[in-house]
Amino acid sequence: MSGTADGSVVITHDVGLHARPSVKLTKLAKGFGSTIEIAGAAEGPWIDAKSIVKVMAMKARQNSTLFVRAAGADAEAAVSAVIDLVRRDFDEAGDGH
Amino acid sequence: MATRLQGTGASDGLFMGPVRRLAGASTAERRAGTPDAEHQVLRHAITLAAAEVAGLMERVEGEAQDMLAFQLAMLEDDALSAPALAAIASGIGAHLAWVDALDGEIAGYEASEDDYFRARAADLRDIRDRVLRHVTGTADEAAVPGAVLVGEDIGPTAFLEADWSQGGAIALFRGSTTSHVAMLARARGIPMVVGLGEEGLAAAQTLIVDGGRGLVTAEPGAADEEAFRQDRAALEGQRQAAEQFRLKPALRRSGERIEVLVNVAGVEELAHIDPASCDGIGLMRSEFLFRDGAPLPGEDTQFRAYRAFLDWAGGRPVTIRTLDIGGDKPIRGLTPEGEQNPFLGLRGVRLTLAHEEVFRTQLKALARAAVHGPLKVMIPMVTVPGEIARTAALFEDCLAELTAAGTPAKIPPLGIMVEVPAVAVAPELFASAAFFSIGSNDLTQYVTAASRDDARVAALNDPAHPAVLRLIAAVARHGRETGTPVSLCGDMASEPRHVKALIAAGVTSLSVAPARIAAVKAAIAEL
Repeated sequence: MSGTADGSVVITHDVGLHARPSVKLTKLAKGFGSTIEIAGAAEGPWIDAKSIVKVMAMKARQNSTLFVRAAGADAEAAVSAVIDLVRRDFDEAGDGH
Repeated sequence: MATRLQGTGASDGLFMGPVRRLAGASTAERRAGTPDAEHQVLRHAITLAAAEVAGLMERVEGEAQDMLAFQLAMLEDDALSAPALAAIASGIGAHLAWVDALDGEIAGYEASEDDYFRARAADLRDIRDRVLRHVTGTADEAAVPGAVLVGEDIGPTAFLEADWSQGGAIALFRGSTTSHVAMLARARGIPMVVGLGEEGLAAAQTLIVDGGRGLVTAEPGAADEEAFRQDRAALEGQRQAAEQFRLKPALRRSGERIEVLVNVAGVEELAHIDPASCDGIGLMRSEFLFRDGAPLPGEDTQFRAYRAFLDWAGGRPVTIRTLDIGGDKPIRGLTPEGEQNPFLGLRGVRLTLAHEEVFRTQLKALARAAVHGPLKVMIPMVTVPGEIARTAALFEDCLAELTAAGTPAKIPPLGIMVEVPAVAVAPELFASAAFFSIGSNDLTQYVTAASRDDARVAALNDPAHPAVLRLIAAVARHGRETGTPVSLCGDMASEPRHVKALIAAGVTSLSVAPARIAAVKAAIAEL
């Protein structure tokens, strides 16, 4: 069964989608079979959430909104997992780093 | 025949060992094969590089491990090599294709206005060079424990890869005392000297590295080796004896309390310092946020950094010095080029007042940070009271702007560095300063008219010259008489042999290098 899902979340992490958060996000994304894409604006450009090169190149900063969409069998689970990770501040307390 | 080379000490300590040369990655003279063959060469080089980084990750932890995890993830991402592989398909050699592709990525990071993203350019350069070494077949000399790493400059992974289990040292032709590697070396207690030039080091086999003195001896003779062993034994004995004082307040024999604060130049350094070991930060060099060749940091980036220092200090005072560039610290586009005598030119507050927009951004970030803890701000290179007045007026202006926008902010106490002799001779003219911090490095070089960067006159540059000490004593006396706090944050405060003279001169607050906290407290206990 195949489906699509989307959502958005505000990045609260101190320095945005920095190296450590990006490593976590891409690792998480790779665990899903669906294609997962993220963007800094609702109209895109959309980039592959499994590519750290592209995720880092977004330079998404604190307080910016991250848009997420996925297509595939586990699309819904993928979108909610990504959003959840961002909401949890990538499981790190903001420490200024 | 022993050769002595004078450089700049980047990390204290003494070490003697064989030289291990680090190859700079080069694109020179490599004959490219067919596109298919080049494709394979690059893929294979990336696989080898990834395997090395993965192996390295198992040997480190904490931030170093995070940094390597990032590098590994980049290496494993096909998007990194895709532009290079496309170029190879069109007939470009693997080495040029890779360098072009990575230089494009690096430029993207360097152009970021965010410090944290910009700093990743160094990781990308590290990745580029590691892969390139596998493409061109130029490898570093084999790793041996207990070696002195010698090269033009080294990247953070080269430091992390080296086997430090038997000690070691670093001697660089160029390099910088504020680089990431210099911080790693200080944290690990690895002696490091930079700026030695290539000539004397090119063929050296054995080196003695004296990080404290910034001195390297190539091909030491028997007498040098003996002196090294004695110095090292003495240093080790002192270090162990001093350790017991680290977490205690610094008290003289009479029971008089001397403040011992710490000098820092980067957020990364804080991880290696216990806040309980000091009375706060006596000097935070804000120029670490401003890197040559990179865009200037914005207000938010600066605010976050300043706040990180306050958070770390946990209620202890934090003194941040406004941008002190010029002189020996150039930043393209800001500092003037081709000055005849940069140390007497447009530097410190003279420069920031000439670039008001840059100064305002920093003052705004400082005013915002001041809400979050006991922040103090000090102005470098002040020569006349008008410079304090102009800075204070700009601060007021910035505060008004922030307040109007509803941003919490306040003006922190504003003090000055005492480093221009005009201030040290007539401190009473500077009654508007909330505190004085004596910058003994510049004060000494201006009073003795001798630079410590020039080996031929460095011996004249002596902070213990009676003229320098007399000025320090006069400033300390003025401070006592007027109730103005006085501290000293130059390198002499970190030298136990100078501490006695400083205390005799009436200085009761010292700001020292993190690695010297215990040694300085131990020296105070003897007085």
